[in-house]
Amino acid sequence: MNVFALLFVVVGLGLIGWLTARARAVRFDRGGQKRLHSLPSQHGWYVAMWTVLPALLFIAVWSALSPALIKDQVLKSPAASQLSDFAFERDTILGEARDVALGRADATFDDTATALVEPMRAAIAFYGWTGTGIAILLAFAGGAFAFTRTSPTFRARTRVERGLMLILLLASLIAILTTVGIFLSLFWESMRFFAMVPPQDFLFSTHWSPQLIDPNNPGKSLGAVPLFWGTFFIGAVIAMLVAIPFGLMSAIYLTQYAAPRVRRWMKPLLEILAGVPTVVYGYFAALTVAPAVRNLAVFLGMPFASAESALAAGLVMGVMIIPFVSSLADDSIAAVPTAMRDGSLAMGATNSETISRVLLPAALPGVVAGVLLAVSRAIGETMIVVMAASGAANITLNPFESATTVTKQIVDLLTGESEFDSPKTLAAFALGLTLFVITLLLNIVALRVVKKYREAYE
Amino acid sequence: MTDATPFPTGTGHKMSARGVSVSYGDKQAIRDVSIDVDMDHVTAFIGPSGCGKSTFLRTLNRMNDTIASARVTGEITLDGEDIYSSAMDVVQLRARVGMVFQKPNPFPKSIYENVAYGPRIHGLAASKGALDGIVEQSLRRAGLWDEVKDRLSDSGTALSGGQQQRLCIARAIAVDPEVILMDEPCSALDPIATAKIEELIHELKGRYAIVIVTHNMQQAARVSQKTAFFHLGQLVEYGDTDNIFTAPKQERTKDYITGRYG
Ligand SMILES: Nc1ncnc2c1ncn2[C@@H]1O[C@H](COP(=O)(O)OP(=O)(O)O)[C@@H](O)[C@H]1O
Ligand SMILES: [Mg+2]
Repeated sequence: MNVFALLFVVVGLGLIGWLTARARAVRFDRGGQKRLHSLPSQHGWYVAMWTVLPALLFIAVWSALSPALIKDQVLKSPAASQLSDFAFERDTILGEARDVALGRADATFDDTATALVEPMRAAIAFYGWTGTGIAILLAFAGGAFAFTRTSPTFRARTRVERGLMLILLLASLIAILTTVGIFLSLFWESMRFFAMVPPQDFLFSTHWSPQLIDPNNPGKSLGAVPLFWGTFFIGAVIAMLVAIPFGLMSAIYLTQYAAPRVRRWMKPLLEILAGVPTVVYGYFAALTVAPAVRNLAVFLGMPFASAESALAAGLVMGVMIIPFVSSLADDSIAAVPTAMRDGSLAMGATNSETISRVLLPAALPGVVAGVLLAVSRAIGETMIVVMAASGAANITLNPFESATTVTKQIVDLLTGESEFDSPKTLAAFALGLTLFVITLLLNIVALRVVKKYREAYE
Repeated sequence: MTDATPFPTGTGHKMSARGVSVSYGDKQAIRDVSIDVDMDHVTAFIGPSGCGKSTFLRTLNRMNDTIASARVTGEITLDGEDIYSSAMDVVQLRARVGMVFQKPNPFPKSIYENVAYGPRIHGLAASKGALDGIVEQSLRRAGLWDEVKDRLSDSGTALSGGQQQRLCIARAIAVDPEVILMDEPCSALDPIATAKIEELIHELKGRYAIVIVTHNMQQAARVSQKTAFFHLGQLVEYGDTDNIFTAPKQERTKDYITGRYG
């Protein structure tokens, strides 16, 4: 049975459970009591929860497990003995057989696959019906168990409350578990990479040319230092040189000087800037800013300046981050009590003296935290650098030269022809893991700073 | 008492308000208030909450300018000069008419920097030594020197509430103002800290004209020589503190000070 049909049946059973339990509760013998502990509908919810939740949990686990079980069974069939030992190829053939078995494709390219269609079909049917049977059984069992417990004195109200809490907890765990899952998969692939390339080569050597890997010594051409330098140079230096002053100044203007009327239309306008898809910024960087920067470089006497300069990508990235910095700085300036501002103005300080001597120092921790968050966004930003930055891994301090970033290299490594077990492809995961750890640390530091700062005013 | 400004010509009062009204947007907060403030005096503003005491106090150093919706009409003079005229520089005005707020609001800076803030802004000290001198003198006058002289570099926000309020007074004194406005300076303090501030007001009154808003009538009776009673945005009665508390002329004043309402 199709998963959606199954879900439909389970929810339907839940509804029946709700109705019957409620109907039963309505007719409870009250034994002279005026007020029952729980309302009839709460008895209904109690039974519905017990009907639906265990079955749903089972379906979730089963959907995750059954592909592996199906594959196991198919591999045990005689036709599978023809299969290659190479995992990637084997999976491709099994995938073809599955598509035909499920009716998504008409024929296979590979003869082995054709032979596997029947065993595949049988396995899918077997595990599909087994899962369906167990799920429906669970729904009935749960519902029946709950139904037998309902009685005039049963505290369904409290149980339903607890059940709701459990559902909410599960919902909030999903985001956390996903993050953990992402981390683990990155970690796993990275470990495979580090089995081939020594971590010290990857982290500390300065030569990066993944196109020319020496199979005997892959670490020699997979030194990530130039990528991290480029990422830092574009995202944390050039972009921040744009984003911090402009973001801060616009926040100061908006919080301290702008008339309410101006603020009303200017703030949303800035926020629209934050909603522009990054690919649009990418076009802008590649087609407009990059040539202009190159012309400037030529004008300044660098005739061979790169058309994919670090400056072009960094400038546009900085503009993209301005609203982000501005809105965080706005928040932290607004969080400084008005009493500070009044105290300074009452001393005869002007607006700008008040801002530079009282408001900004007081808001500084919040602003710093905002900048850290902005940096972590900038170094994870991909689209702009993919379109406007160069692929050449240079360690340079000259913004007119080309530089590449971690994210750009990840995209380059994973697109085009890729074999999945080569150090070249796996390097993408190691890069991703390192970037993940760096941004995670930046965010943790930023959050701590913000927390400390909050305490200072409470 | 030595460096007090000699009586100005004109009204003869340090500050005079004539027919002052303030509204916030459409809402009128005070109506047609006329009052005089003199040197060597403490003037107390009393009245039920929301009657416009703070609003009127803030017109005296133009702090209402910082509220976009506030509109002030009427005339207020300092030494005979109209403080709302375009010739009056608000920076200079606020240096001459200082303010202490209801809730102590030291800057999140060191004790020293808090007091040095005003002198730095107004360029009052030519050297570090001169600045040190101003800071010490101001802290002494605020009665705080002995308590903080060994920890001037500690944060001002780490002091107790009463000490913070005296620090704010020291900060106001440091620019050598002529008038000090205090808006319920003790309402956030415990009785001991309150007594210290009242004592301080006694000591300061010879040097500055002091205007204090208070909701505490005993306090007004203790510290002030003149008292103004506000009600519903109007100045009901203004006169010598002794007279106001013993023989009020207006029925409303009498009701208020005998605790009939408010
Ligand atoms: N910033 C403001 N905006 C609008 N109305 C205000 C503002 N400040 C005070 N008011 C109003 O003006 C009136 C007088 O307030 P206030 O001067 O604070 O009274 P008091 O200090 O005597 O308690 C009150 O009705 C108050 O609601
Ligand atoms: Mg008030």
